[in-house]
Amino acid sequence: MKETTMSNHAIPVAKDNDGKNIWKFLVSEFKPKGKIFTPFNIISAPIILLGIVLIVIRFWKGIGSVTNLTQEVPWGLWIGFDVVTGVAFAGGAYVITFMVYILNNRKYHSIVRVTVLNGFLAYVFYAGALLLDLGRPWNVVNPIIGNSFGTNSVLFLVAWHFLLYMLAELIEFSPAIAEWLGAKRARKILSGMTIAAVIFGITLSTLHQSGLGALFLMARDKIHPLWYSEFIPVMFLVSSIFAGLSMVIFEGSISSRVFSSQISEKHHGEHNNIVISLSRICAGAMLAYFFLNVLVFIHDRHWDLLNTPMGYWYLLEMIGFVLVPMMLFFYSYRRKSLNLIKVAAIITMLGVILNRLNVTVIGFKWEEAVRYVPSWMELVITLTVIFTEIWIFRWVVRRMPVLRDSPLWAKDEK
Amino acid sequence: MGLDRRNFMKALGLTGVTLAAGNSLKAAPVKGEEVEFFGVLYDSTRCVGCQTCEITCAETHGFPAPTDAPTAGVIRKTSENCRTVVNLFNTSKGEVYTKNQCMHCNEPACVAACLTQAMYKTKEGPVIWRGNKCMGCRYCMVSCPFDVPKFEYFSSNPRIIKCDMCYDRIKEGKIPACAENCPAEAITFGTRRDLIREARKRIHDQPDVYADFIYGEDEVGGTGELYVSPVPPIESGFKTTLLNESYPSLSKGFLYTVPSVFVLVPVFLLGIHEATKNNHHNEGDDNE
Repeated sequence: MKETTMSNHAIPVAKDNDGKNIWKFLVSEFKPKGKIFTPFNIISAPIILLGIVLIVIRFWKGIGSVTNLTQEVPWGLWIGFDVVTGVAFAGGAYVITFMVYILNNRKYHSIVRVTVLNGFLAYVFYAGALLLDLGRPWNVVNPIIGNSFGTNSVLFLVAWHFLLYMLAELIEFSPAIAEWLGAKRARKILSGMTIAAVIFGITLSTLHQSGLGALFLMARDKIHPLWYSEFIPVMFLVSSIFAGLSMVIFEGSISSRVFSSQISEKHHGEHNNIVISLSRICAGAMLAYFFLNVLVFIHDRHWDLLNTPMGYWYLLEMIGFVLVPMMLFFYSYRRKSLNLIKVAAIITMLGVILNRLNVTVIGFKWEEAVRYVPSWMELVITLTVIFTEIWIFRWVVRRMPVLRDSPLWAKDEK
Repeated sequence: MGLDRRNFMKALGLTGVTLAAGNSLKAAPVKGEEVEFFGVLYDSTRCVGCQTCEITCAETHGFPAPTDAPTAGVIRKTSENCRTVVNLFNTSKGEVYTKNQCMHCNEPACVAACLTQAMYKTKEGPVIWRGNKCMGCRYCMVSCPFDVPKFEYFSSNPRIIKCDMCYDRIKEGKIPACAENCPAEAITFGTRRDLIREARKRIHDQPDVYADFIYGEDEVGGTGELYVSPVPPIESGFKTTLLNESYPSLSKGFLYTVPSVFVLVPVFLLGIHEATKNNHHNEGDDNE
């Protein structure tokens, strides 16, 4: 596969460093590429600026000055959406690396890098958003170094796993950085670490995807019984599979349009097949998830709760956002309809957001007279985190061999 | 027994991240060493709702004095400016007061939740908060079944505020300020064992005055704060839906699986990887 030449596009295809003058190369790479006044930039830039101002206020005046958190509801949008939901959406990386490196299924190889990059940035930004929520962030190293290990805490496990998993994903992605910089020796060493990083990463993922659910096990009396069960960790793990893959499908459909000049003809063709296969995996995982939920529901015997407002809300989530997209995935897989798959992926993602928020925010202290509703400032800061992540993602994709092919020397090396 | 389980879970968590033990295990009590927790017995039949406990608590810990009084039908709550409150309830036996503060659980959810050991169950019994360790994640607040820890939302250097059973005073050989100053002798400080004996004696000697329960004896695995009252707990503002086992045990099952997952999953993955390797060689691929 040769470097694709698409000179008629507005954005020139990136070139990797030829290994000669690295500083000159880096300086040229740090210049902005592409158009500055795109609709996305025009919307996101002011929000990011406003978000930065609000973050300054938050650290200056305290968390209460920008959030609506209360003594009864100490975790709100930033934990429930940014961290818990964001990490579920990053689950695609461990599923795809499992299929490519563990099952040796080469079909998905062309989307490994972009998925791992997406996962890595999601962890950096969404787990990083945790820092905004910490009242005393200067003590954030205490669980990592020092003598203050709260080793019996689920959050201790999750914190360590976030950190180690970021490292594992960085290693998985690092050959792309080496190719970009033209560092041939480094690439060889880093590529050799991929399998170990993948195995380590998948193990970490099973534990912290479920661990995010296990965080809420002690809040037994605070979470609505339709969402609380001892199986929350299993539910979170299983749903992270289709949450992550739906994100892969969604991100892929956007990337293939926005970065189309980066993608070779061959990969363009492959991508449709990949999406169709992913839709079947999503449907299977959702079937298992739905079945698990039915089992847990029958065991807990909350039939009486179904005929309450929260019960209708639960049914909406289970039927409208699990059962319906699951059937849509099955149907569109048989019809090989890419558009329907995208619709199913979007409904699934909304369902995952709904589920995570139901456990962490909406079903949390549901009987409280005054309910927590996030402030507009919490929303702006959340958007700031998301937009900044997309900016960095775009920066990397436009420079490193993520969507486009690796340079020839890297392929020959084998 | 309770302590043993906690330390076992600590050890498990350590295995989970495959880290050296550090200092955390040194705090474990020597096997066979009797641990006698201190506690506080609050007697609703004696309390007159004078708020002396609230006032001395505020004075001792540097908070503003209370501005409102216990009123039936109004649930006053502890806050970041107030570690204890007394509430008034209209019950089948007339007006009954109930004091509210940290319960100092035997196996506290907040301590199990804390990833920096900032929330700490001292060997004397009080559950204390240590600011030099806390990172302000508020997981203790999420986990506490009694909603006790409060957070200073409007501070750039926020603290977790909760009753610490006047731990500093206990270390000096004194007793908690509320127990020392209660004019009605409704608050008794002592070892938990003695307090349960005393509570049983009161219930036994005056069965017409007391309802037959000690709140905190079994709730959430036992608490350091114990209550006796003329009416059943549901009438005087207690949570009655809580488990009688410790709350850390709720996440025990999950933590137990961690070491097995860490050992078995990588082996399993490596096995599949080796088994499917041939697929990859058969395809003449042009990728890396």
